[in-house]
This record gives sequence, C-alpha cells and structure tokens, in this order.
Amino acid sequence: MEPVRTVEGRAYPFGAENVDTDIIIPAHWLKTTTRDGLGEGAFESVRAEPGNVFDNPEYAGAPVLIAGDNFGCGSSREHAAWALADMGVKAVIAPSFSDIFSGNAFKNGIVTVVLPQDAIDRLMEVAKTDEITVDLETMTVTTSFQDRFRFELDPFRRDCLMQGLDEVGLTLAKDTAISKYESGIANSRPWLVPQSGGEGRDESIAVESAGRA
Amino acid sequence: MASKPLTLYEKIWADHVVERRDDGTCLIYIDRHLVHEVTSPQAFEGLRANGRKVRRPDLTLAVPDHNLPTTARVDARGARLPIADPASAGQLAALERNTADFGIAYFDAVAPEQGIVHVVGPEQGFTLPGTTLVCGDSHTSAHGALGALAFGIGTSEVEHVLATQTLLLKQSKTMEVRVEGALGFGVSAKDVILAIIGRIGAGGGTGHVIEYTGDVIRSLSLEGRLTVSNMSIEGGARAGLIAPDETTFAYLKGRPMAPKGEAWDWAVDYWRRLPSDPGAEYDRTVTLDATDIAPSLTWGTSPEDVVPITGVVPDPDSFDDPAKRAAARKSLDYMGLTPGTRMQDIALEHVFIGSCTNSRIEDLRAAAAVVKGRKVADRMKQALVVPGSGLVKRQAEGEGLDRIFIEAGFEWREPGCSMCLAMNPDKVPAGERCASTSNRNFVGRQGPGARTHLVSPAMAAAAAVTGRLTDVRDLLGDGTV
Ligand code: SF4
Repeated sequence: MEPVRTVEGRAYPFGAENVDTDIIIPAHWLKTTTRDGLGEGAFESVRAEPGNVFDNPEYAGAPVLIAGDNFGCGSSREHAAWALADMGVKAVIAPSFSDIFSGNAFKNGIVTVVLPQDAIDRLMEVAKTDEITVDLETMTVTTSFQDRFRFELDPFRRDCLMQGLDEVGLTLAKDTAISKYESGIANSRPWLVPQSGGEGRDESIAVESAGRA
Repeated sequence: MASKPLTLYEKIWADHVVERRDDGTCLIYIDRHLVHEVTSPQAFEGLRANGRKVRRPDLTLAVPDHNLPTTARVDARGARLPIADPASAGQLAALERNTADFGIAYFDAVAPEQGIVHVVGPEQGFTLPGTTLVCGDSHTSAHGALGALAFGIGTSEVEHVLATQTLLLKQSKTMEVRVEGALGFGVSAKDVILAIIGRIGAGGGTGHVIEYTGDVIRSLSLEGRLTVSNMSIEGGARAGLIAPDETTFAYLKGRPMAPKGEAWDWAVDYWRRLPSDPGAEYDRTVTLDATDIAPSLTWGTSPEDVVPITGVVPDPDSFDDPAKRAAARKSLDYMGLTPGTRMQDIALEHVFIGSCTNSRIEDLRAAAAVVKGRKVADRMKQALVVPGSGLVKRQAEGEGLDRIFIEAGFEWREPGCSMCLAMNPDKVPAGERCASTSNRNFVGRQGPGARTHLVSPAMAAAAAVTGRLTDVRDLLGDGTV
C-alpha cells in the first residue's frame, strides 16, 4: 500500500447524513471479481440529480470528501471503499462513520477523519472555493484561512497508513502466537473443530427448533 | 475475592484474545468463517497475489446466495442451467474455483443444503454459542441469536481471516436491549426488532455490541431470535447477542456440523457458563415494553422510520431535528407518500417473503396461515416466496406450504437472497411499491426507484391478499385463529 502522510487538495462539499453504502456504490456494481473501475459507479443515484457536486468540474478528482453524520452505514461491502479510492478520494471528513466502513477505508489507505459538526460546516464553506489539507503527522485539518481542526486517529492505524503497511503480512508474522492459541483451544474446547467440515450429510436434518409442532 | 461480573460479550472476547497490544487492540481468534460469492473474489485474489494459503480451511464454509437466480437451476433432465448474467456467472465460477483450490467446504448452487449464508450456518450447526463467527456480509449479526459473537467484515478482512484465522479488533461498548412483557396477538419477532430500531435509531447502536435480554427474547424460538439479531446492524450495532439457553441447545442438537457425543456434553457445559453474570454492567441499557408493540412497518428509506400499522405517514415538520425533517421530506418524496395518509390505505404491487431476516420454516408457516384459503389481490404484479435454504424449501413442501402459496397466486422459488438486494433478476420496478420481509428499505435496495416497506411475514402475506398495507390482526381475527 502507498504510504499516506498528507492529503491535500479540493474537497467535495457533499455534507449528506446517513450516506449508506448502497448510495456510495449500488448493488449492481458489486458483481466484479477485481478491485478496479468502481469509481464509475460511485454515487450513481446522487449523480443522477442535476447540479450534484460529483459531476461539478470544479471538484473533479478531489482527494477529500466532506460528509455528514453516520457516513458509510448499511452493508459491509468494501466496494464502497474501493469505489472512493478509484475516484481518487484519499480522505473522508465527517462527524461520525459506521464502524465497518471506517475499517474498510483504512485497509484501502483512505483516512477517515472525525470532526464535530461545526468544523464540518466551516469546511463545507471553504471547500466551495479552496483547498483543504489533512495532515496525519500533526493530526490536523487545515485551510488557507488559518482554520486548524485537530482530530484523533487510532495510533496503530496511523502508523500503518503513514508507513503503507500490509496488515495481513503483519499478522502472519505472529504465527507463533496464533499456533499457541490454537493448541490451547484444541485442549480446552476440542468440540470447536467442526464435525467433518461439511461432509457426512444427515438427510433427516431438521430446519426448525426442536420440540415444536 | 469475587471476580468482576462479566457480560456474555466480555466472556466471549476474553476467550478469543490471541494477543493484546498496548493500545488495547487485540488479535482475536476467529472460530468460524462463512464465505459467499460477492465479497470473496478479491480476497482470494489477494491471497494468490502474495502466494498465501488459507490457514484453517476446516473452519471455513462457502455457499453462493446473493446473485443466484431463484428460478429453476436444473433442466428436466437434471442438468445445470447456465446463469444468464455473465457477471453473476463469473462470481459463481470464481467461488467454485477458489473453494476447490483452497480446500474449502462448499455447498454448490444445486446442493440440497444451499441457501442464504445466514440461514445455512445455524441450520448446519456450523454456528455455535460462544464462538467468534465472521462473514463478508453485514447481516452476519444474525448468528448472534445462538450466542455467537458474529459480525460482518469487509473483503480485506475476509482475506485477513483466510490467511491468519484472526482479526485485529478493539473491544466494543456494550448495550443491553431489554424487552419485557409479552407479545400481543399478531405481533412477531420482526415487529419487535422494528420497534427496537424505531426507538434507538439507525445509528443508535454504533460502536456497541447489543445483547437482547428480557422475557420476550427468552420466549422467542431460535428462528425468531435470528430475525431479531439479524437486524442489529440496522440499529448500527455490528453484533447482537442472545444468551444461549435450552432453546439454543435443543435447536443445535444433532445438526450435521454440531459437536456429537462426549464433545456435545463438554460444549453444553461451556455454553451454560456463557450468559451474562448477575450484576454485569452494560455501557447502556434500553428497555421496551412489548405490550406497546403493534404489528409494525416502515414508511421511509431508513429502517428507523417505523410506525405501527394503525399509524399514519408522519409529517416531516413533526420532527424536531432539522436534518431529520429534511431526510423525512426526501424519503416521502422517494416513497411517493403524503403525510397523514393512513398506512392501511397504501396500495402496493409487490410482496416479497424471503431474505435472511424472514425465510425460515416458521416464517413461511406464519405467512401461509394468513394466505390459506385466500387469493393474491388482482392489483398485485408479483408475490414471491423465496425459502432461505434448500432444506427449508423441502420441509415447507413436506408440510404442503408450497401448495398454499401457489394456489393463492404466489411464485415459489429456489433459495437465495433474491429481491432483498436486487443483485439477481428479482427486482421491484422503479416507482412500484413492495411489502418486504427483508431488512433494508434503502433507496434503490430492491431495484432502482423501488419503494420498500419492511414488514413481518404475516404482514407481507396480509398485504398480498388485500393489495394494500394491512393490519394482519384483522385477517387473523376472522376465524383463521
Ligand atoms: S438476504 Fe439480503 S440481507 Fe440477507 S445476506 Fe442476502 S442480501 Fe444480505
């Protein structure tokens, strides 16, 4: 993954609340088997409306997106993060994010910045004319008008983003600890190994609660 | 010294920590991983690109569900029919290749066990109390009904679990949702969870793991509990737990992948120690009185837009919050509704009985009880029943439920997600209205421009036979019960 230290440039002043992942990328775009090309389907329903921010040439290719409360709610589809990444978005600023979305965004090198609503309101104004800078080093969002909003970022995520680390590789390095845990449960909870992993079909299997008519 | 009383969530968490980092992030072991065709291709692609293997194929189970057509899958001679949509066919082919290459158990599109991943897991006994279970799908919360810590993950996490059988997580806050009292006549588990989401809001559980408690939850069947936990994510909570009890054990005993013999006894012994200790503290508690819950449904485009069927379309101006007012106006515009209209006066063209929320045998029975001896209303364009799995379908056919539906004018389909998310050919056309037993009424969810009202199976059946949103109690009251 590419390291991210700062994200600087124009920002889409989107601002909508409760933007679910169906809005970010509708279900009919999910039938891919790769991660690329989803930017084309991003915000399809929003872009169907005349005068929307995403088709405004002023913001074309903006690396920042400003949104309202509860951004990325709904389905866990990572396609939402891939679609934003494919659009060129590297940071989303909102008062809150759904847990799953912010995890997915992080794994694709997109910074999710939580700021209070009054800061969002101010940034929405600035975004209409000027650039915005998200700096992971100082954990601030700044504008050329001396605005300076501090934000919090999980230290681990911040490190990973700034160094461009691959999470799977990091965890694979913990193989000894994982193997130790596995031999522990093999002793304490041996029933956790599934019965014959899907083989041995029992034709009489019930599909309801036992003891009911 | 007595140890601190723990919640069910805290107990499961503690038993799955592989490693704890200074900042509180934990490497959590994953006991069960369900895989389907839509959110896994890129994960397997990632493994291949890095020359990695699946750490525990034996803890992984795959089944296609999201974009399989629900029409016949084999021809008269038993040969498999091709899938018309090339993109869907491509995802299915990728899943078949990936499960074969990586040695993962797989129920293919024509296996009798095939079905919606969240119906199949519990039904096979793959889902067990006290386990951690994940799937690249947000309604994985459903499995919490068996007392499993179950939640949806994204594709990068799918790859992480495939490669390492672990996830990096931070402990969530806990929220108790207590439902006391008793359910009224004609009120189902679906009405309970709609009422809960109406109360806490679509973001109410964000950052929390819910535990559902109280008499009403205890009295629900396992199927009803699955309906409740399923929609935890619609209240913003990634997971929604229900403590395992005798209902859970009776449901699991004898299922193909559940422990057998001596292992079963050890398991039950462990499961009995899981329920939250007396005096355990939650970060938040919300209490509902079930006597206040009527058959319910949604009027807008968020699952929190809930009203009782006896209610009216709300006036956007009645909301205090300006953002809510604007959202309600937009919703009503999309839904084609006028404030003050009685919900029962709203006519519709489609009914969908299915999805991982309400496609189990009990759901089909509840719907069939309403449909029996009646006909789908003339104005209806489509009334679909899509069983949650091949096993549910076969059982329903054994009970003659398929005849009841077909004779009334419903279509009886093959198992899959179907009209829940319109990834396969089952869609609601733009501007048309559907009473749906699924879990999401988002804009475009059932097809571009589709208008969705979330309801229980009995309420969906009632709407199908009258052609409008209907209080099912009126139909049940005329001699059927
Ligand atoms: S039935 Fe609907 S909600 Fe459930 S897994 Fe399928 S698409 Fe998701």
